[in-house]
Amino acid sequence: MEGENVLVAEQLRKEFGGLVAVNNVDFVVPRGKVVSLIGPNGAGKTTFFNMLTGVYKPTGGRVTFLGEDVTGKPPHAITSRGVGRTFQNIRLFANMTTLENVLVGMHSRLKANMFTSVLRTRGVKREEAAARERARELIQFAGLRRHEDERAASLPYGDQRRLEVARALATEPQLLLLDEPTAGMNPQESADFTAFVRKLRDESKLTVLMIEHDMRVVMGISDRVSVLDYGEKIAEGTPKEVQADERVVEAYLGKAAVEDMKRQGLA
Amino acid sequence: MTAAAAPVGFRNQLRARWRELTDNQRIAATIGIELVAFVLLWLIDSGLGYLAALVFVALWCRRMPPLPWRLLTEAIVVGVFVAAWLAGSAAGGIPIVLAIAFGLTWIPERHRRWAIPLIVVLLAIAYPIVLQRLFVVPFFGAFPDILTGTYMIVFMMMAVGLNIVVGYAGLLDLGYVAFYAIGAYTTGWFASAQFAGQKCSKPGFSIDNCPGQVVPKLNFSLGAVGVPVGTGGIHISIFLVLLLAGIVTALFGIMIGLPTLRLRGDYLAIVTLGFGEILPQVATNGSSLGGFNLTNGQIGITPIDTPGFGNRLSNLTGGFLPANYLTCCHRTIWHHQISSYDVFFWTAIALLAFTVFCSLRLRDSRLGRAWIAIREDETAAAAMGVPLMRTKTWAYAGGAFFGGVAGAYYGSSKDSVFPGDFFFNISVFILCMVILGGMGNVWGVLIGAALLAYLNKSGLGNIGAWINAHIHIFGHHLNINVPEYSAGIYGVIIVTVMLVRPEGLLPSRRRARELHEAETQDEYLYDLRHEGA
Repeated sequence: MEGENVLVAEQLRKEFGGLVAVNNVDFVVPRGKVVSLIGPNGAGKTTFFNMLTGVYKPTGGRVTFLGEDVTGKPPHAITSRGVGRTFQNIRLFANMTTLENVLVGMHSRLKANMFTSVLRTRGVKREEAAARERARELIQFAGLRRHEDERAASLPYGDQRRLEVARALATEPQLLLLDEPTAGMNPQESADFTAFVRKLRDESKLTVLMIEHDMRVVMGISDRVSVLDYGEKIAEGTPKEVQADERVVEAYLGKAAVEDMKRQGLA
Repeated sequence: MTAAAAPVGFRNQLRARWRELTDNQRIAATIGIELVAFVLLWLIDSGLGYLAALVFVALWCRRMPPLPWRLLTEAIVVGVFVAAWLAGSAAGGIPIVLAIAFGLTWIPERHRRWAIPLIVVLLAIAYPIVLQRLFVVPFFGAFPDILTGTYMIVFMMMAVGLNIVVGYAGLLDLGYVAFYAIGAYTTGWFASAQFAGQKCSKPGFSIDNCPGQVVPKLNFSLGAVGVPVGTGGIHISIFLVLLLAGIVTALFGIMIGLPTLRLRGDYLAIVTLGFGEILPQVATNGSSLGGFNLTNGQIGITPIDTPGFGNRLSNLTGGFLPANYLTCCHRTIWHHQISSYDVFFWTAIALLAFTVFCSLRLRDSRLGRAWIAIREDETAAAAMGVPLMRTKTWAYAGGAFFGGVAGAYYGSSKDSVFPGDFFFNISVFILCMVILGGMGNVWGVLIGAALLAYLNKSGLGNIGAWINAHIHIFGHHLNINVPEYSAGIYGVIIVTVMLVRPEGLLPSRRRARELHEAETQDEYLYDLRHEGA
């Protein structure tokens, strides 16, 4: 299974009315790697994410996950196949506790239905106990032990981000999608988070795809970086290659700035 | 929170001042206020004194003082009332009520979860037997009779069912009466002579020129009791019909749910409103659906079979389970001749207990978590693997099931089903119960439903009678027909609840947090400013 691509997007396209948010993007995520998706604001990164996870139906193109076509499948179906995600603007279940949030993440891995829940059969009891234990492990792993029975909305910001990741991990994903996970974190928290993602890749053997603005984080952990601008992929490669790419610098700073830099002999 | 931030608003100021008092001062203040209120109200009417006592107990349950003070205060309060009782007051039962209420507060916290419901159920079971010995409550009149009690319990069941849809999953359903109607009509169809039809007893002749007798065409019976010989139609034992009605209604809930649950919020509410309007119309005009008489139109379906366990089960249990509810019960318990109304009432309690049990189990299950997650954030719930359509449809099916069972039982207990029972106002009425009691919390919903159902059935009438008899203006007796203003009165109740206590009388902790979120955030910003941050 080494070297295989977990996720393949072919010619993926999304239009909102006349606006082309994502324009025929080809994209792959190799197994066991951390891939970053960067680009200026409004480049279509989150739209791209939402198509991968089924929140949006693509206008055109195909998404293949583990060799199976999942284009246009509803979000829960994609999640149950092994894609976990977090959101750019934290979307926890604000009035549920940390533990309950994680338990909701396990929904697709549990079997209890209406009848067995009412009867509370032995199977359901066992499953529920196991789920709680597993949830506590995840909470421990995310370093949220002391917040276990607190309401999610009352957690500090950084911990809410961690809880989102713990909740995503509870879906037992093979591919974890993180949408700007370090947004709003201070440098120390970002560094901790980088270490955390590295741990996920190296110890939990997870494949990670993330949208990220903090270049220190991106350059620190990414195996590959893709750059989107105006819905199109303008560059791809190792962090070093992308950093040196003229079109990328242009996309971020504008053409004039690049020419300016050239004149001054900076680039 | 800093102490520097002065509390805003009258209520908060009062609260802050109360917090500054020492325990002893609080106790003294409570006893003082209570006694003054009691004496003052007593001078006006002994019944108002009774109300004051209940308010006191309610407050007491919430703020438990240290043990010695509790003993002393409770002794004083009970003592005052016993003294009043001995002095020949009308409110003779107050010591009993107080003793029970105080008794409940003495149960240790960790046992309350099961002890309080158990005590309430036991009291409810004993209710028909002790009813005639109970005192008349001034202002509220006599305790509700057994028919009212059954009515209240049926509506409590429906409210608990609707709570699954509205309270747990957050799907605003304005057409819940449709489920009630389907349940009731299912009893009408499967436990009456509705589908009997007619045919000539001699084959080969039409009904019009039949040489022999005209007899029912269809005749099916399964465990039904008390059906006269020769009555055609489908007669299935009411207990089976209850289950059947639940299942039929749940299926119908799924059918309504599949197209409508794709909608969110207001749109869903409007569509459910539509279904709630359509069904009574179908019932009204369903006397000839392509020539087939489905609902018997305005006349409704009546009579409906009585519940009963049949002779064999009755004999097996030594007569404990009655063979036929209508002809049953020659037993006397504590000088009380048990009537069939009592048996209907007890059966309703059993059904309600079953409903509450299921509702609680569901809440604490995988499905319950998913419902609450959907209520909190649909998109996130879907991204966490919760299938939205299926989960919402299950909520609908669950809510519909209990609505259907309640409707079926009510239809059977009052022996008839009319389209007039199922209009829009009932949907709103049940929704009001859920909102008043506290969305999402089963216990709150039960209290809200009991209160509103009681007011609707007999409470308002009693209160009206009391007002007319006791309040004089310039020597004139008032003559207000209070039940006529019921819709307005419920409106005022709901508006008051929304303003003063938007989370309902007894809210789920989660809902209360949601509704007070804005307030706490405001406070936070306010504090920051004070600290110069």
